[in-house]
Amino acid sequence: MLVDTAKPHFHKGGRFEKFHPAFDALETFLFVPGHTTHNGVHIRDAMDLKRAMFTVIVALTPTLFFGMWNVGYQHYQAYGMQVSFVDNFLFGAQRVLPIVIVSYAVGLGVEFIFAILRGHQVSEGYLVTGMLIPLILPVTIPLWMVGLAAIFCTVLGKEIFGGTGMNFMNPALLARAFLFFAFPSYMTGDVWVDLTPEPGHTLVDAYSGATSLVAFDTNWEAMPSAWRQFWGFEAGSIGETSTFACLLGALLLIGTGVGSWKIIVACCLGALGMGLLMNGLAPADVTTHAMHTPAYYHLLMGGFAFGAVYMATDPVSAAQTERGKWIYGILIGVFTVVLRVFNPAYPEGVMLAILLMNVFAPLIDHVVVEQHIKNRAKRA
Amino acid sequence: MGKAIKLRRGYDINLVGKAGYVLTSLPVSDVIAVKPADFKLVVPKLLVEVGQEVLAGQPVFYDKSNQAIKVASPVSGEVAEVVRGEKRRILEIRIIPDRAGLRYVSYPQVDPVGLSREAIVERLLEGGCWNYIRQRPYTLIATPEDTPKGIFISCFDTAPLAPDIEYILDQEKENFQAGLDALHKLAPGRLHVSLRGGADSRINEADLADIPSENIHYFQGPHPAGNVGVQIHHLSPIRKDEVVWYVQPQDVVIMGRLFREGRYRAERIVALTGSCVKEPQYYRVLTGQKLGTLLDGRLAEGKLRIVQGNILTGVTSSSEDFLSHYCNQLTVVPEGDEPEFLGWLLPGVNKLSLSRTYFSWLFPKRSYQLDTNMHGEERAFVMTGQYDQVLPMDIMPVVLLKAILARDIERMEQLGIYEVAEEDFALCEFVCTSKIEVQRIISEGLEYVRTEG
Repeated sequence: MLVDTAKPHFHKGGRFEKFHPAFDALETFLFVPGHTTHNGVHIRDAMDLKRAMFTVIVALTPTLFFGMWNVGYQHYQAYGMQVSFVDNFLFGAQRVLPIVIVSYAVGLGVEFIFAILRGHQVSEGYLVTGMLIPLILPVTIPLWMVGLAAIFCTVLGKEIFGGTGMNFMNPALLARAFLFFAFPSYMTGDVWVDLTPEPGHTLVDAYSGATSLVAFDTNWEAMPSAWRQFWGFEAGSIGETSTFACLLGALLLIGTGVGSWKIIVACCLGALGMGLLMNGLAPADVTTHAMHTPAYYHLLMGGFAFGAVYMATDPVSAAQTERGKWIYGILIGVFTVVLRVFNPAYPEGVMLAILLMNVFAPLIDHVVVEQHIKNRAKRA
Repeated sequence: MGKAIKLRRGYDINLVGKAGYVLTSLPVSDVIAVKPADFKLVVPKLLVEVGQEVLAGQPVFYDKSNQAIKVASPVSGEVAEVVRGEKRRILEIRIIPDRAGLRYVSYPQVDPVGLSREAIVERLLEGGCWNYIRQRPYTLIATPEDTPKGIFISCFDTAPLAPDIEYILDQEKENFQAGLDALHKLAPGRLHVSLRGGADSRINEADLADIPSENIHYFQGPHPAGNVGVQIHHLSPIRKDEVVWYVQPQDVVIMGRLFREGRYRAERIVALTGSCVKEPQYYRVLTGQKLGTLLDGRLAEGKLRIVQGNILTGVTSSSEDFLSHYCNQLTVVPEGDEPEFLGWLLPGVNKLSLSRTYFSWLFPKRSYQLDTNMHGEERAFVMTGQYDQVLPMDIMPVVLLKAILARDIERMEQLGIYEVAEEDFALCEFVCTSKIEVQRIISEGLEYVRTEG
């Protein structure tokens, strides 16, 4: 075996001892190691972090594939062209795959460098983060910015806290927020549709280039229909538009037990509840006001579903107590709607809502734990 | 039958190799051993020397920190060897049993009901049976001077492949009853017995005649519902500075013999279980028996892991080893030291996981042949809510573990460190995606509050 012959060089005293973490990552990627239990339980559940992360990636594939198709669809729509399903998909794949590759290559590169410098193992966290980053970016993003985001997220989102499991904010969202505030012109406005010129075609008149969230601020009735938003036939970040694709992912995450159903359900409840409250308080004379948006629209619009399913459920940055998960999820839903309705500058409220609640998650857990301790004391 | 306490959280690990209801008595091995390491924190001081003749029931060492606590020889014969380890620590006291039949230190046969508490304590200490009474917190041998808040006995074991305790007790109901009577004297009105709820059982309230029915409890649910610590948690949670005692049912039988038969007869019924055992069944053997006499010829070929106890909490052993003092079960499973190509990527129809990330969840009724592979490497805490699913206690497992890692005594106390034992967290360790050694951390926490608290 190649791996076995190379192994001695990477062990203590070997020629490439320093690179042991990198070798180890590769080896354990190929082989589940033959390590056996020696303390405590003698048998172990078959799930490890690699399997958990792999499951999340599988759960992300519906959004990735739909996103690829939608990139092509939006592109040809803008030029008023009718092309086949395959052409739509191929166009999107050409645009999206480089972004995915850059995200993984740069992010994993940084992880390996940190692992080698600090002599720890390469953790699996980036397998998911590396896929999340492309899915929440506009397709027109320059590749160097993808690389920059990957570096930022790995270094400042994770490694400075001690690596996977130690960060308190979702690294992928942090990367997006970083790009959003550092390069607003690349992240807002007319960036959602790939407008590579098509010879012989010009942009159609109806093309606006705006996401539904921009329309929503001025006149919610001008948004695409709820049905189109559910399927995701609209402009937006690569992977976020289709609520349906997110729903498939949610089913897998909940079914396998990798994602917390409590958080996903709580996010939806929070958004629905706040949406209903907004409806109640909406100014009766301005029927186009954002507050009149039917509550369920909030679940379909923009990146809400994507955020609730894949971002809010990140177990490291979410609340960790079971009761805390409910509070955390509900507040994400509430803040998403509040930000969307009252703050036109940041139409994508879900991103900020999740980051905000990431910061508050430890506090929520603290309150839950204190309450638990109080209840325990009372019981005695 | 009283109302059962239903525990929802937990998990029954379904393994291949459950012991069939066949009981074989094995002859005494040609050498037996008493192992001080079976007794946590006991510092042995020898009472015998090599070459000396001993009787069955004669103390061979006592505990330096509490001289009343003694451990007796299970056989009569000649002390052959004292095996010592590092720093001259005593590992084994090997005794060659009499071939002609065992001679016992004999005591008058009495009904413990007629004895005073002092007389019972005295007899248990002298007869080498006191060490069967252990305390929580810390899982140590009970201190005779303590007044326990209660004495608890769990009459069923829910661990993987666990022996059917009712089947074992059914062999010697009178001795079990006598043992219960003795314990009842130690804590009048505070002896609690738990039975498996919702199932027909061989042991019923008639067999526990002298225990008031409010002290007979029924528990229902998956493992660890049978753990005595989990039951105590639901019946009478341990607070700071409180002590409860507990005894394993089979050890109650041995205590009962001391009164009814007037001798320390240290025979135990042990279930030989696991996927590598050709015919899993029950054996009647002597404490300290050489394991080879139990295992040789009865195991499959290949690299095996022999465990004294159940697969979650037991201790790695070998056929050269001797049966431990509190052991009711031997489990033999294959070692899993072969790397598996892209193992984390495969469908994994034969891999057991509580999560449904492997397709084995499609076959919920199946029994598994698990090996000792770790299935991954240790990582930081990432997944949440996993431990909570398998811990039927009002305790926040991860929060408690973090308090232990931070060595924060006040926090540990607030979070219930006194109510837990390593075995209650074994399933948490089993399910842990990050492969964290949960039982070791709990053990460190308990030791820390015991010494520093």
